[in-house]
Amino acid sequence: MSGASITAEPPPRAAPPEPGGEGRSRYRAGALFLLPAFILLGVWLVYPTIYTIVRSFFGPAGYLGTWVGIDNYRTLFTTSTLVTAIKNSAIWVAVVPAFVTAFGLLFAVLTERISWAVGFKTIIFLPMAISAFATGVTWRILYQQNPDQGAINALGKTVSDAVTAPGVLSNALPSTTALQSKGGGLVLKTPLHPGGVALLGLTGIAPEDVPQGAQQAAKPSGQSGAIEGVVWKDFKPGGGKAGVVEQGEVGLPDVTVELRDSSNKVVQSAKTERNGSFRFTGLSPGTYNAGIGAATFAKPFGGYSWLGPKLITPAILIAYIWIWAGFAMVVIAAGLAAMPRDVLEAARTDGATEWQVFRRVTVPLLAPVLSVVFITMIINVLKVFDIVIALAPESTQANANVIALAMWRTSFSGFDFGTGSAIAVFLFLLVLPVLALNVRRFRRDA
Amino acid sequence: MREIRSRRRAARSAALAGVLAVLVAVAAGCGGGGGGSNNNTTTGNSSVSGSIKFWGIWAASEQKAFQKVIDGFHTQYPNVTVTYSSKGNDIPTVLSTAISGGNPPDMADVAQPGLVKQFVQQGKLKPINYAKSAIGANFSPAWEKLGEVNGKLYALLYKASNKSTLWYNVNVLKQAGVAAPKTWSQMVKEAKTIKASGTPAYSLCGASGWTLTDIFENLYLRRWGQAKYDQLSAHQIKWTDPTVTKSLQDMAQVIGDTGNVYGGTSGALQTDYPTCVDYNFATPPKAAFNLQGDFVSLEILQNTKSKPVKDFNVVPFPAITSGANAKAVETGGDLIIAFRDSPAIEAFMKYLTTPQAATIWAKLGGFGSGNKHVPASVYPDPITAATEAPLAGATSVAFDMSDNQPAAFGATTGQGEWGIFQKFLQNPSNISSIQQQLESAAAKAYKSGK
Repeated sequence: MSGASITAEPPPRAAPPEPGGEGRSRYRAGALFLLPAFILLGVWLVYPTIYTIVRSFFGPAGYLGTWVGIDNYRTLFTTSTLVTAIKNSAIWVAVVPAFVTAFGLLFAVLTERISWAVGFKTIIFLPMAISAFATGVTWRILYQQNPDQGAINALGKTVSDAVTAPGVLSNALPSTTALQSKGGGLVLKTPLHPGGVALLGLTGIAPEDVPQGAQQAAKPSGQSGAIEGVVWKDFKPGGGKAGVVEQGEVGLPDVTVELRDSSNKVVQSAKTERNGSFRFTGLSPGTYNAGIGAATFAKPFGGYSWLGPKLITPAILIAYIWIWAGFAMVVIAAGLAAMPRDVLEAARTDGATEWQVFRRVTVPLLAPVLSVVFITMIINVLKVFDIVIALAPESTQANANVIALAMWRTSFSGFDFGTGSAIAVFLFLLVLPVLALNVRRFRRDA
Repeated sequence: MREIRSRRRAARSAALAGVLAVLVAVAAGCGGGGGGSNNNTTTGNSSVSGSIKFWGIWAASEQKAFQKVIDGFHTQYPNVTVTYSSKGNDIPTVLSTAISGGNPPDMADVAQPGLVKQFVQQGKLKPINYAKSAIGANFSPAWEKLGEVNGKLYALLYKASNKSTLWYNVNVLKQAGVAAPKTWSQMVKEAKTIKASGTPAYSLCGASGWTLTDIFENLYLRRWGQAKYDQLSAHQIKWTDPTVTKSLQDMAQVIGDTGNVYGGTSGALQTDYPTCVDYNFATPPKAAFNLQGDFVSLEILQNTKSKPVKDFNVVPFPAITSGANAKAVETGGDLIIAFRDSPAIEAFMKYLTTPQAATIWAKLGGFGSGNKHVPASVYPDPITAATEAPLAGATSVAFDMSDNQPAAFGATTGQGEWGIFQKFLQNPSNISSIQQQLESAAAKAYKSGK
């Protein structure tokens, strides 16, 4: 679609008519040749345009429906999903053309300097060869929140887990209210004296998450001068009794248990045995709190919600810029290649730095090409549709909505052709000035 | 989007027929399909003659199954020829075109009740009052009502599906030591035990808005019954009504239990149908319950290694109140309509109401019937029997609400009901605001829909 607006040439000026009968027959021949084009334009361009404009003043159903005046346009600016679409389209126009042009310029200038320019250009240009829909599907997979599915979050998980390792029982929950969460860990609410027994029951542990080698849990009997206890999976089929060590419930090995004194200082820590038991010995009289350290429950990196309501539009913008940067690069590189080198040389000879050459010579000389890219991108972005519908999950499509998508949804899933037409007309009005700018530029170039 | 959705389901049920047929052959070892029709006489029906041009949605294995049904008819009425041709999922377009061309078929089957209504309004359908007594003898009044438009009988819901089911992972329930729930409160209670066992209770397809509205519709039907359900569908009850509040509260017991939903709220919102089903039956399983209709079984059989009954099973959507509402069924399916009148068409339409016509296809799988004389034993496997047998026992039956709502409200991705229920999933505590959003969207859509 972009190619058309770039390569389109001004219509050739009609040749001056020649006098006499020969001229008339040439007119006829000319008309004959133009006829197919006129018919095609009429059927597929003029008639739909007029019909859409007329249709936008009528109700939802039927060829025309009932006259509603400007109600559809009012709906357009009062319905929240449509307003979101307009806002999002504004964001698209503000962000995409600028970034695409900037990246294109950057890549074009860089590729002039490197030896493997062809390879680099190919890689950057490659996304252009993929349909926007396929790109949307691919990026949607990359963006998945679950680090096991989305590559981007998988990368995040690798980094995050290297910094803070996830705990062995990250999903576990206390089985009774006797255990209270404190600073990410769990602590027994009732303080213990030496000789006491600490029962630290946990639930919410999937069978496959139980550490290997776990054995039937055993409740310690208590020993004077020591605090004994057990950390166990306080669940057996049917639930079992909460807070009671029962047959069929396993101990949880290798859990770090901490003992805090009355000033909340960790005095001892121990690892549980295979049956979940642990023991703190050599304690002086006083009160102690037993608990499980926060590290045991450290959550693994859950991934960013790229496809969630907040990040969805930026996520799509990134994918879209990824596609079009290659296009911009190629067009700008062509402009660069056609640039008179002697001007650059002259600037360098005059002592300009590379930055000054770029800023004061290259960019101004490239300005016409840059504006082509910029304007093309504005038109493209206003019409954007396919990548949004492919990339955004249905639940956030309302957040990612853009004008063209809203037009389609309103018309063909909501079957409100009146409002749909109004959106189409609105979109047409937005594209019009940009188009006019483009046409004027063509004229000037010609 | 309704089109895509029904298309999807149609494709599913088509494939379902195939998959289940294979299962039958393996499990039962005796799936002798067309044998049911022979002893039921070739009496003196040869006086009726003619030919019927029948266009339908059924293709492939479904077409073959329906051909067997036609063959059964032919043995009774040897002088009537029924020519079935499959128009696939494009049937609404094909029919509309044929009607405007003035040359519709004699009979057709369509999956969209809205389409039947539209044809009636255009004056293109013939009432089928001649089949009224036959339908009355075989179906409960609720089923007959589904074929009525403006109080007149125009269609027969011949092939039905059951959207009021609860699927569960047998192993997860065993591990947690709980039985498949019969009531909603039992399910909510069991969900806590299941969570304690280490597996989340629910898997939700929040990215597909219709799965959420399906759950709500079942809840509303279960608690308030069909009369209220129909009124809400027609927007005679407002969405701000206390009944809606109560049903949304019921729903919040599930979607608000975020720690018990696989992936949490944001995970569920990004999970589309059928991915959430795959989660239920993955190894290791990610969740215990899935609150979707009978079409789920195909998904399980195709995409997971789960075995019917041993690994996955199904129960009716949990009851909320005792009594008739507990047996209500939300259904979808294919409606048979007639564009002309003739003794042959009359005979075929009546034949399709018989238990025999339903049984022929039911034995082949991928088929459900509301015919009360079709016993559960005709279904080819225990899962199909479990999902489809409740249809015959249902005294109240309702179509998906979106069939009666303007599409802008009931069937548009990200907008209207679907979008607002996704917002509800995001924040299940704010019920009154959700109700207001639903009401204002509904009011707008119903106003412009007229």
